[in-house]
Amino acid sequence: MTTTVVAPDSKADRQRAAQMSDRSRAEQRLGQRLVLPAIVVMLVVTAFPMLRAIYLSTFQYSLTDPDDRRFLGVQNYVTALTDSLFWETTLNTVFIMIVTVAFELVIGFVFAMVMHRIIFARGVIRTSILIPYGIITVVSGFAWQFAFSNSNGFINEWLPFVQDSFNWFGQYGSAIAAIMVSEIWKTTPFMSLLLLAGLAQVSEDMIEAAKVDGATWWQRLWKVILPNMRSAIMVAVLFRALDAYRIFDNIFVMTAGAQNTESVSFLTYRQVIEQFQLGIGSALSVLLFISVLLIAFLIVKIFRVDLAAARQES
Amino acid sequence: MASPTKRGSRRRRTAVLLAALALTSSTLAACSGDDSGKATLNWYINPDGQETLDGVALDCSTDDYDIDIQLLPSSATDQRTQLARRLAAEDSSTDLMSLDPVFVAEFANAGWLAEFTGDEASKVIDDDVLQGAAETATWEDKVYAAPQWANTQVLWYRKSLAEAAGLDPAQPWTWDQIIDAASENDGTVGVQANRYEGYVVWINAMILGAGGDIISDTEDGRDAKVDIDSTAGEDAARIIEKLASSPAAQPDLSVSNEGTALGLMYPKDGAGEFLVNWTFVYKNYAGLVESGGLTQEQFDDLGWARYPRTVENEESRPPVGGINIGVGAYSKHVDWAKEAAACVSSAKAQGQLAVNDGLMPSRGSVYDSQELTDAYPADLLDLFRESVDGAGPRPQSAYWSQVSSAIQSVWHSPTGVDDSTPKRSAEFLSDILAGRRLL
Repeated sequence: MTTTVVAPDSKADRQRAAQMSDRSRAEQRLGQRLVLPAIVVMLVVTAFPMLRAIYLSTFQYSLTDPDDRRFLGVQNYVTALTDSLFWETTLNTVFIMIVTVAFELVIGFVFAMVMHRIIFARGVIRTSILIPYGIITVVSGFAWQFAFSNSNGFINEWLPFVQDSFNWFGQYGSAIAAIMVSEIWKTTPFMSLLLLAGLAQVSEDMIEAAKVDGATWWQRLWKVILPNMRSAIMVAVLFRALDAYRIFDNIFVMTAGAQNTESVSFLTYRQVIEQFQLGIGSALSVLLFISVLLIAFLIVKIFRVDLAAARQES
Repeated sequence: MASPTKRGSRRRRTAVLLAALALTSSTLAACSGDDSGKATLNWYINPDGQETLDGVALDCSTDDYDIDIQLLPSSATDQRTQLARRLAAEDSSTDLMSLDPVFVAEFANAGWLAEFTGDEASKVIDDDVLQGAAETATWEDKVYAAPQWANTQVLWYRKSLAEAAGLDPAQPWTWDQIIDAASENDGTVGVQANRYEGYVVWINAMILGAGGDIISDTEDGRDAKVDIDSTAGEDAARIIEKLASSPAAQPDLSVSNEGTALGLMYPKDGAGEFLVNWTFVYKNYAGLVESGGLTQEQFDDLGWARYPRTVENEESRPPVGGINIGVGAYSKHVDWAKEAAACVSSAKAQGQLAVNDGLMPSRGSVYDSQELTDAYPADLLDLFRESVDGAGPRPQSAYWSQVSSAIQSVWHSPTGVDDSTPKRSAEFLSDILAGRRLL
């Protein structure tokens, strides 16, 4: 049987490690050898493209003009970070991220409660709630684009305060709203699934005890259920926030970036794939990568969840 | 010693194994291609006229090679992206490709297209090829593609609408005239103004029509001269501003494309439209008569005229599009592919495409052929031919994609265009070419 070896992080642990038996050491070496191929594959698949992107980001390099390739150093980063377009798209992406995640959190929690408490037709209801998540984002983007279309969509007909000829994709406000509706519809089930897992972990005894103590439904929700779900909520928000920050498909399908609805991913795509500008495009993808790390760091900090404690490690 | 039962089962296992091996090897042989050793040339086509092109590919296959058709996505941008991905990776299986003319310069400059030299060049571009189309197949005075069909835009309109507005069909019309005519007579003006290449086609045509251009000296790459901030640029901006703020603007103006405006020619309410659009429009409405979507009377009300003038005293320069056939530089069969390119762009193939699919020829002689004169009204054929011959191509540049996107970025949405647009556009374009700004 193989034992899990945790890296020693205190003096006592180091002493214990020093006293490891030959057998333990042999098992450790075997373990390292077994994971080696996976590490190599990871490096090839993940690290190489990242390093290549960093390398390319130091050039002015267009695929259609290979003779014009010039070394620029960090100039591409300076260009990106001093360009108002970069900050506009970043702001837009953060806006989309905050609004969609907020909506998804609330709606997803309601769905999770429904899925958790439902007594009849449980399977059918759970499946129905989860269906949108099974649909490919591009397909859902097209579906919502048709729905919002002023020539063959149904949204204008359904909404009494909107004229039949109203063009949702004609201006920023309504266009971004349509994109966010599509995004929220598509990914709320994922959020509710993660929250359902958290909800299932909240002890019924605690809720019962609170009930016996006379706590109202709201009090039980705020004082018992939500605090005990903090880890699950953080994981749900973290996953969705990172996903939302990389939003691309819906925008690509619904507006193609028109009316300033571009996200950072879309801006990067435009440089690399549409314009063949490998240098500045790579710089943007590196910046996108750094922002994703930053968001992950911030969310973990904000929720102040001890992930080790959440995993029940000492 | 093995019992008879065991022997029997072993034999059965051996037989099953042999059968499986035989099946696998025959399947593998089938996968590996033709046993005769005949080469296959892959031809990446855009989805227009697919059935006709299947026949053309069959006709142009020889004893040495078969031409195999591969389908590209429907949007020009996606076609370009997919081809570029293959060619950037030096894909040897991309032998022939149908290219939007505006990509020829980019692809040639990147080294992705094989050059047609000597006889090959004079075969694909001879005196029969119309001027507007021939210009799109060259880069730095070298031939890199064979024009297969030439698209052009004309003004389609409802005769009843033009009559009500008092427009004289014998005289060339200006943009101002058609916008006023539509506004005053419950009609609309159909254009392509979504944030895409089609919008730049419109802007470019209007600027050329006023005697200007977007950029010049394009061989200088990033150092090309930016000319859009000119009187011609201002004329184009003024027309867009006028249309966008007039009742003639269609509700989906900012997302309009070649397809969206088609339905407004025969609306439930209103007098119809003036529509600038490609040559396929005629076959489109003719098809609707056959399928019962339009009455013959409605179809007879469809008129056509040369692309509108930007300014009264200057001849219009209609957009030119179509398809040129390029040969992949990394193809294993470059010579055969060039031979095939000449064949698929021959007068015969062009005639078939025109009659079956409404894709107009780039060769002048085809316009005189019997099959075409039977398929189209004579004055429409003359108009198409004159339009391709006098067309104004978009600037050819290795940076066209950036130039086009930079224009779209500043000029979209049409409702935001005003007299400051050309200046802002020129500054932005200069910065983009110099790599100082993001796009």
